[in-house]
Amino acid sequence: MPMAGSEQNKLSKPLWLLAELTYRCPLQCPYCSNPLEIARYDNELSTEDWIRVMRQARAMGATQLGFSGGEPLVRKDLEELIAEARHLGYYTNLITSGVGMDEDRVKAFKVAGLDHIQISFQASNEELNNFLGGTKTFQHKTHMAHIVKKYEYPMVLNIVLHRKNIDQIRDILDMTIDLHADYVELASTQYYGWSRINVDQLLPTRAQLDHAEQVAREYQQKMKGKMKVIYVIPDYFENRPKACMNGWGAIFLTIAPNGTALPCHAAGQLPGLEFPNVRDHSIEWIWNDSPDFNKFRGFDWMVEPCRSCPEKIKDFGGCRCQAYMLTGDARNADPVCDKSPYHKQLHDDVERIGKLADNKEFNEKPLIFRNMKNSKKIITERQAETSELS
Amino acid sequence: MANTFNAEDIPVITPTFRLQWEQVQDCYVILYPEGMVKLSASAGEIMKRCDGVMNISNMINDLHKQFPGADLENDVYKFLEVAHANGWIRTKQAV
Ligand code: SF4
Ligand code: SF4
Repeated sequence: MPMAGSEQNKLSKPLWLLAELTYRCPLQCPYCSNPLEIARYDNELSTEDWIRVMRQARAMGATQLGFSGGEPLVRKDLEELIAEARHLGYYTNLITSGVGMDEDRVKAFKVAGLDHIQISFQASNEELNNFLGGTKTFQHKTHMAHIVKKYEYPMVLNIVLHRKNIDQIRDILDMTIDLHADYVELASTQYYGWSRINVDQLLPTRAQLDHAEQVAREYQQKMKGKMKVIYVIPDYFENRPKACMNGWGAIFLTIAPNGTALPCHAAGQLPGLEFPNVRDHSIEWIWNDSPDFNKFRGFDWMVEPCRSCPEKIKDFGGCRCQAYMLTGDARNADPVCDKSPYHKQLHDDVERIGKLADNKEFNEKPLIFRNMKNSKKIITERQAETSELS
Repeated sequence: MANTFNAEDIPVITPTFRLQWEQVQDCYVILYPEGMVKLSASAGEIMKRCDGVMNISNMINDLHKQFPGADLENDVYKFLEVAHANGWIRTKQAV
């Protein structure tokens, strides 16, 4: 039986398929947006599973395909998956830390038809880069960036900005120029996953942001037509939320390493949702008919203030994960919005962290690095908490 | 800004972009890192001819065959300007 809202579903297409091939990763970035429970995802999809997913999504109109993770290079079948994706007509993006790459592999990707490579850097200097990534990778990354350009790929360099590296923004941009990046993404840390538990150490101050924005603007002008600099202010400092994922189940489809299908890569944390698995269901059913993909589609699910707000068609009430994390109910307005009754609380929290940022002791609180050991520890702690409650 | 193109210029799609027919969308699209632009029917017809072989005057003749009677010339130059400003095409160096 057709479900309510399926009219709209027929119109929306999963244009963007994000294939999180694995959560294994040689790095340990404390701002990683992967779930805290990465250690639970060891039951990875097989090559055949991924090929089936890619075929089905492509038939529904998907054009952009991101191979991501964790570190996608860990998967030995990456070359095979790229070749199949390209054969299906996808524009194929490899989103990588560059660790696990060498010239032979870059060459093999080219043969397989890979369209674009994005390499992430943790910082512009070796010491901080290696510290933040929890491993020595800086030299290797810069070498790989040269190889990527040697093979004439369009290259995106991605740097996640936060309190510990944002003041180096000028050096970071100079580095990306030296490496001949075509695009630079200065991504603001999004505070879910690992960055949420490290937010006190990572959230930049207002003054830092103002400086960063000014420098980013300067380089946008200076590099016009040569290198595109994309800089987005972190939404914690705004009064209106971002149109997260362009709306729930509107264009984005993420598949986690174990086959869980998600409307965004952070949605796995939302309670009360099961999220269908591609081992059990077709992409068509998942996208069009599964209850979870319909849950926050359109506007009928909204509560006040969003329900009667004229801006809902612009921002869809913001990010569901952020609403859940900060208010306890995913249907609420994203507290970034100043119409949300929780906005003040968020704002006060940002202020509090901003004031403490100069405090040496506070600032030097150790970061919790993203690795399997810490993940297992967090899983055990949470289990203990829930069994105490019940 | 001076006109970017002359009738003898041979436009070609920049290698970092890809032009592709999308069945499900029923239109041509331009693909680039993590993005896509849908082209109108006429823009698609023009881009398709940016093949690094045809010069612009041949392109216009060719389009006339498909759309007889239409006044195309202005539209073609206008669109090529836009495409160039976006970095989708460049002029092929004469060899
Ligand atoms: S953010 Fe860092 S730790 Fe997380 S997947 Fe990327 S490289 Fe690995
Ligand atoms: S109230 Fe809701 S819909 Fe209105 S601007 Fe705020 S988040 Fe957007």
